[in-house]
Order: sequence, then structure tokens, then C-alpha cells
Amino acid sequence: MKSFEEISELLKNNFSDIQFEFHPEAKFEPYILVPANKIDTVCLFLRDNNDLYFDSLINLSAVDDFNGNKIKDPQGNEIMQGGTMSIYYHLESIKFRHKLLVKVIVDRDNPSVNSVTSIWNCANWHEREAFDLFGINFNNHPDLRRILMPYDWEFGHPLKKDYQNPEFYQGMRVPY
Amino acid sequence: MSIKTEEMVLNMGPQHPSTHGVLRLELTLDGEIITKVVPHIGYLHRCFEKHCEVMTYPQVIPYTDRMDYLAAMGNELGYVIGVEKLLGIQVPERVEYIRVIMAELQRIASHLVAIGTYGADIGAFTPFLYCFRDRERILNLFEITCGARLLYNYIWIGGLSHDLHPDFVRLTKEFIREFKPNLKELNNLLTFNKIFIDRTANVGILPLETAINFGITGPMLRASGLKWDLRKDDTYSVYDKFDFEIPVGSGKMGTVGDSWDRYYVRVLEMEESIKIIEQAIAQLPDGDVTSAIPKKIKPPVGHIYSRVENPRGELGYFIVSDGSTSPFRVKVRAPSFVNLQIMDELCRGHLVADVIAILGSVDIVLGEVDR
Amino acid sequence: MIYDFLYNLTGSSVLAGFLIALLPLFAFILPFALFAVLLERKVAGHIQDRLGPMRVGYHGILQTIADIIKLVQKEDIIAKENDKLFFNIAPVLTFVGSYAAFAVIPFSSIFLGAKIDLGIFYIIAVTGLVVAGILMAGWASNNKYSLLGAMRSAAQIISYEIPTILVVLSIVMMTGTMSLFDLSENQTGYFWNWYILGGPSMSLQKFLLIPFMLIGFLIIYISTLAEVNRTPFDIPEAESELVSGYHTEYSGMKFAMFFLAEYANMFAVSAIVATMFFGGYQSPFGYLGNSLNMSWLIPLEQFFWFIFKGIFFVFVQMWLRWTLPRLRVDQLMAASWKYLIPIAFVNLLIIGFITLI
Repeated sequence: MKSFEEISELLKNNFSDIQFEFHPEAKFEPYILVPANKIDTVCLFLRDNNDLYFDSLINLSAVDDFNGNKIKDPQGNEIMQGGTMSIYYHLESIKFRHKLLVKVIVDRDNPSVNSVTSIWNCANWHEREAFDLFGINFNNHPDLRRILMPYDWEFGHPLKKDYQNPEFYQGMRVPY
Repeated sequence: MSIKTEEMVLNMGPQHPSTHGVLRLELTLDGEIITKVVPHIGYLHRCFEKHCEVMTYPQVIPYTDRMDYLAAMGNELGYVIGVEKLLGIQVPERVEYIRVIMAELQRIASHLVAIGTYGADIGAFTPFLYCFRDRERILNLFEITCGARLLYNYIWIGGLSHDLHPDFVRLTKEFIREFKPNLKELNNLLTFNKIFIDRTANVGILPLETAINFGITGPMLRASGLKWDLRKDDTYSVYDKFDFEIPVGSGKMGTVGDSWDRYYVRVLEMEESIKIIEQAIAQLPDGDVTSAIPKKIKPPVGHIYSRVENPRGELGYFIVSDGSTSPFRVKVRAPSFVNLQIMDELCRGHLVADVIAILGSVDIVLGEVDR
Repeated sequence: MIYDFLYNLTGSSVLAGFLIALLPLFAFILPFALFAVLLERKVAGHIQDRLGPMRVGYHGILQTIADIIKLVQKEDIIAKENDKLFFNIAPVLTFVGSYAAFAVIPFSSIFLGAKIDLGIFYIIAVTGLVVAGILMAGWASNNKYSLLGAMRSAAQIISYEIPTILVVLSIVMMTGTMSLFDLSENQTGYFWNWYILGGPSMSLQKFLLIPFMLIGFLIIYISTLAEVNRTPFDIPEAESELVSGYHTEYSGMKFAMFFLAEYANMFAVSAIVATMFFGGYQSPFGYLGNSLNMSWLIPLEQFFWFIFKGIFFVFVQMWLRWTLPRLRVDQLMAASWKYLIPIAFVNLLIIGFITLI
């Protein structure tokens, strides 16, 4: 069972070209910040390395950080421009019993990150849900389409903080 | 000269007696053999996660009940453990023991539904009613404690809403005494019935590597041969004080990881839960269950992932707090949502009749798939 | 015989024939169907540790009447695409197929619809109409799933007719007669004269036959269970995987006819099994009428025993339905072709040999 420091050391030694940010001081769960375009290579390493062997992706969550500039759009609603969204990957190794939290930060306006579905099949529906509710585009995902909202919902991504409900959807009045 | 054949697409629509809720399965058939299964979900999406962002932390608890409505105590427990870790409060021991008793009773109730409806899907109608008769007694126990049979709002942040009823321990002991022979009867009637075994053994075999890669947890993972249970491997509450076994699938009637194994692991888990309840009742300490409930719940900035072993698998809550009285983001990692992805892998090459057998053994609840 | 009685009463053979044809229907089958529906629900309830219908009448006795009234006043829905002729004829045909079998089943020594020499042969031939009715229902519903259910049902019935016929053949070979009336008359005496215990003659042949008669009885009971579509063989009619079977699209009176046909069929096969193996209307213990010297009592007693045996076998069918799960389609076919037919065939040969001794 490896501690957070040992895992950080292994990652730093193997990926000298990637700028990680280690946060062991984070109050409840220490995490590693990985750049968005390198997440799939790092995850492949994490899964296949014999000392780490993170064979299970427990959870993949997207969070809207809501830290951009609040402006008013043409209809007078308050929307946000700029800012970031974060994606958290909770990994676990069943063999060695250690856990790790990996965080990725993407732009809020056009979020895009590589998909890890080819590494852990579990990520398939989690990424579809993140796409559906936040609009994050996962490159190389086998089947990226909406999962919880209806397939023809064209009014945005509901879990964003500045989301507005449309008036009508297919003739039915939405806010009731 | 060759015959041109086409694959037929068949729809097991949202309304169907055997799909356990509003799930749409799109089957692509070649004759009677299945080539592809695509599940379509979202018919029960009730925007739980968006809703959490406008409620205060205690107000979220009744909504967590309603996700997996057949295992509500487990849902509440997962959320409350997460928030208590964020706040850094320690609850009295009596509260922990009562929470364990409730969670284990809930596990038995949920497995009874899973087993009963599985038998009903296969065609045996009687075990369904026997299981529900036993479940009624558990729901009566819940009712005298907190007033509700199915959706409780009982486990609060820092404690419980009510202490145990004075008759609770006596009634629980009576229930256990009468449940053990019923479990034996259920085994004779359904588990070792030749026709049932023919319908479920060697159907939907899930190899262990695939299961871990797909993130499967709970009885499905244990039926594929791995002894992994969060109550022992990532202990929470006071589970480390109890002595119980983890049942694992052994391929007794077919191969390891087939539907019969998944079903049998659930039956065995009920026996283990009874052991835990007996030990918890014997060790129950005294105390005040509402003493540690804070007046104002305002966790510091940060995020935490807390998880519990629900009857269907690992239920996880990823709670992000921004320092105010409402959560900033709550993401629920629902076990049925993750387990449902395996349907395509499991059903390939089987007959149409087996889809029902496989779906019943995956044991999903649409409330938590769609949230 | 009742026929002679009616002939003397009415003076016309046509009218007597007509009345005797109607008699089993109104005097027996309709009340039986009403009773059987209630019996099924009460048996189901008690097996499942609950009570079944309790409110209508004393302990729910009038429940079926309430159900019939409900079904009669329902709207008869016919979809536009249905083939109207077949759609309307199908329930009638199914019902006729089941009901026509009652013409040759002796309810008692004086009550026999038509005394023909080909009793069992006629029954097997006429129950083939049921298959035609089911296929028509499936086709005319214009529903992909109904057709699938109907075809499965037809395949099931046809496959399970063969073990039935083989066992019937062994009985015919042993006794030399196909008439159910003669079969019942042969088993007169006490219960050790019944065919399940070897037959009326007291000889080595009788004792040798006992195990094979038992096997034959089990085979024919299982096969007829499949022919009437009861669990564990109820793929076509239970809420099966995709469909509700061939009678999905029917409502109201037509649906009631399918139901009536099912219960009539159940009783018909129970009656046949009882007649062939368990003595038909013969009493196991001798007649009260004989000991009290009231010879007019005997036919009534026989009628009572016949009904008792029939209902007992119907009760066992219901008991099996609520206990066992359902077989999958391929397992069902395998059970018939791979297991029942070879066993029935070997049974036939052995019984043939023993008969020659």
C-alpha cells in the first residue's frame, strides 16, 4: 500500500515532461492536478504500473467552479464568461488497497479533455453524464451522447450554474 | 444461393412488467440470439444533484432517500457520513450502533425484494409473496422507530431523529427468530429448485477482470469471485467491531459469476446481516442520540468522497463545499448506474428469455440510475 | 342411458340429441368454469400465505360471477388492422376444440354424450382444433409479439401430443378398446382393479405392469399439463418475456371464451387421465347404493366420484402452477423430444411385451 508521497514520487520520475501539481495538504483528500491533454497517458501509466496498479475507477465527477466574470447576455439573464470547470477522478487499487484523487482543470467556455474509456470501461457512462450535464467534450469517446436528458434537448447543459430552463420543449410548457 | 437475413431490433419498452422500473432496452436480435443490447435511461431523472445546490445540508437528507427507494437507510448513511467528516464531528457510540442495525435491516429488506422479484420474473410466483411477508415485518420495525415504512429521514447529521422505541429490541429478536426458518424454506423452494437452476446457471457469466474494469461493485462483484466488501475493506461506522463473513460466488451450480451465483450471494448476505444485527443488539450502549447534532451546519471549504456498502453495490457521495450552508456540488456515484453498463457484455449470445434472468440478477433500481 | 330417457320424453331423436349435447355444457362446464376460477384464486392465495378473494359472497364464493359481469360489459376492441374473420373465429374455435372432447367422456354409467367405439381417438383428433384456434388468434392480432407467442404455443402443443399419444397407445394395446366407456366399465370393483394398479385381472401380468403404468401416468400427466399451457409450461400465456401471448389483443367476451376454454381443457385432460388410470367414475370402495339396496343411487355416486377425481387432478395442476418456476422455450422442447418421447416409447414396448405373457 503506497502513500500519497510515494505515488507522487513515482509519477514525477516517470513523467518528467508533465507539470503536475501535488496537493498533499488539502484538508480532506490529497490530490494531484494533471494537465487536461495528458490525462489519458497518466491514467494508462497509473493502471498498468506494477507498483501502483489502479485497476478500478470509482468515480468521475465534473464540478462547475463558477469563477469567471458575471455578465448579462442579450436576454438579460446573468451568465458567466471565462472561468474553469474541474473534473475529479477517484482511482483505487483493489490489489494494493490504495486510493488516489486526480484532478483536471478545463476552460469553462469550451471544455474538452481526453477520454479514459479505453482504460477503464466504467468511465463510459460517467463521461456521458458529464457531457450531458456540463457540456464537457471527451475526445475519443466511443459513444458521446446525452444520457439523462432527452436525446434532443438543445437548450444547454443543466448542471451549469447559469443554466436557464427553456419556456417550451416540444410543445410542453417547461417551468410549471 | 444464400439466404439473406436481417437483424431484428426489438424494444423492451419503458413500460414492462419485468424491467423493474422505467428502463428501455433496445435488443438487436439475430433470430432468437442477441447481438447487442443498448439500455436507454433517463425516464426517472428528477434532478437530485441540481436540487441539492439550493437546499441546506439537512434538507438534502429526505431527497437522498428517494434515490434508491428500496435501501433508503444506506443512502442517508452515506451522505451523513460525508458531511460529518467535513464538519469533523464525532457521533456518540449509541448512534453508530443504531445506524448499523438500521442499515443491516434495510439490507435484508432490499435483498428480499431482489430475490422475490427475481423469482417472479422466472415464473415462480409464490416465493415473491413469502419474501414480501417477511419484508412487512421489517417495515413494521422501521415504522415504530421513525414513523415511515419506506422513506425515513431518520439518520441526521450528527445523530438520529428519534431514539429507538422501547419495544424495538424485543420485536427485532422475535423477527430474527421467525426469519431463520423462513430463509431455509426459501432455499428449498427456490434456490435449489432444478428448474430455477436450469434457468439461471451458466447464464450471464461475468469474468472477474471485466467486472473490475467496468467498476462493478456489490454482490455482483462478489459473485465473480472477489472478496471485496466496503464494510471490511474500507471500514466506516462501527463495522470493525462485528464478526461476519463475506460470501463469495463459487460456481456451485454452473460457472463462477453466473446469475445463480449472484442470486445465491444475496441469499447468503441476508444470513450474515442477521449475525451482525444479533451482535449489535447485544452490544448496544446507552446514550443520547441527539446530543451531537449541530445547530448550524456550515462545513469549511473542501471536498470529500464518502462511500458505503449499499445492498446494490458501492454508493458514493462526492460533496464539494464552498463554506456556505448549502452544498456547492453533490455528485452521487450510484451503484445501479455503473452496474447497468454491463448489460451489453453479459447478454451477447444469449436468448431473449435470458435477458430477463440477467437483468433480474443485476438488481437495479431506476431511482438511483437516473437520480 | 340419458339419451333413451330424453328420447322417450321428447319423442324426437333430433331434440333428444340436441338436449344431450347441451347438457354437459350448461349443467357442468359453465358451473365448473365458474368454480375453477375461484378455486384457482383461493388455492393461489393459500399457498402464498394469504386468503384470496374474501369480500364477494361468503369467503369470496360469488367472485367469479362478479368477474363475468365485468367481462360481459367491457368494450369489444378490434384494431383496424386485424383480420376480422379470423379474429372473431379464433376464440370460438379454441372453445369448440376443448368442449367437443366432453362428448365421449363418461360422467357416470348412464350419462354419456355419444357412445362411439373410437373415444380416445376422437378426443385426440378434436383437440387439434385448439392449435388452429391459437394460431389464428396470434395471426389475426396483427402484433409481432402475439404471433411469436402463438407460434411457440403451437410448437409446444404439437410436441407434447406425441408422448400423450404413446401412453394412450399403451393403454389401448393393453385393454383392446378405445372407448372411454368400456375402459371405465372394465375397472369395476374396488380400487385394486384400476389400471394404475395393473388392471382388473388378478394375474402375474397385473403385478408386472404396475411400475410401467405408474411411469405412463406420470408421462401423460406432464404432457397434458403442457397441452393446456399450464406452468411450468406456460410460456405462451404468462406475462412472458416480451408479450402477453396470443390473447393480448382480446377483450371482453372473447377473452372470457379463451379463459373458459382453458379451464374446460384442464378438466377434460384431468378427466381423461382419471378415466384411463384411476377408474373413471368407479368408486374405490364399493357403492352405498349396493349396500343399502337403492340401485338408483349408484349412478349418482358414480357421478360424484368422477367429479371428485377430476377436480382432484385439476387441484394438483393448480398446485404445481403456484409452486414451480417456468421452463425456457428450448428447455421445454428438449424435455419433450429428448426425455419424454424416448421414455414413453420404451414404456410402450415393455407394456406390449408384458401384455403378451
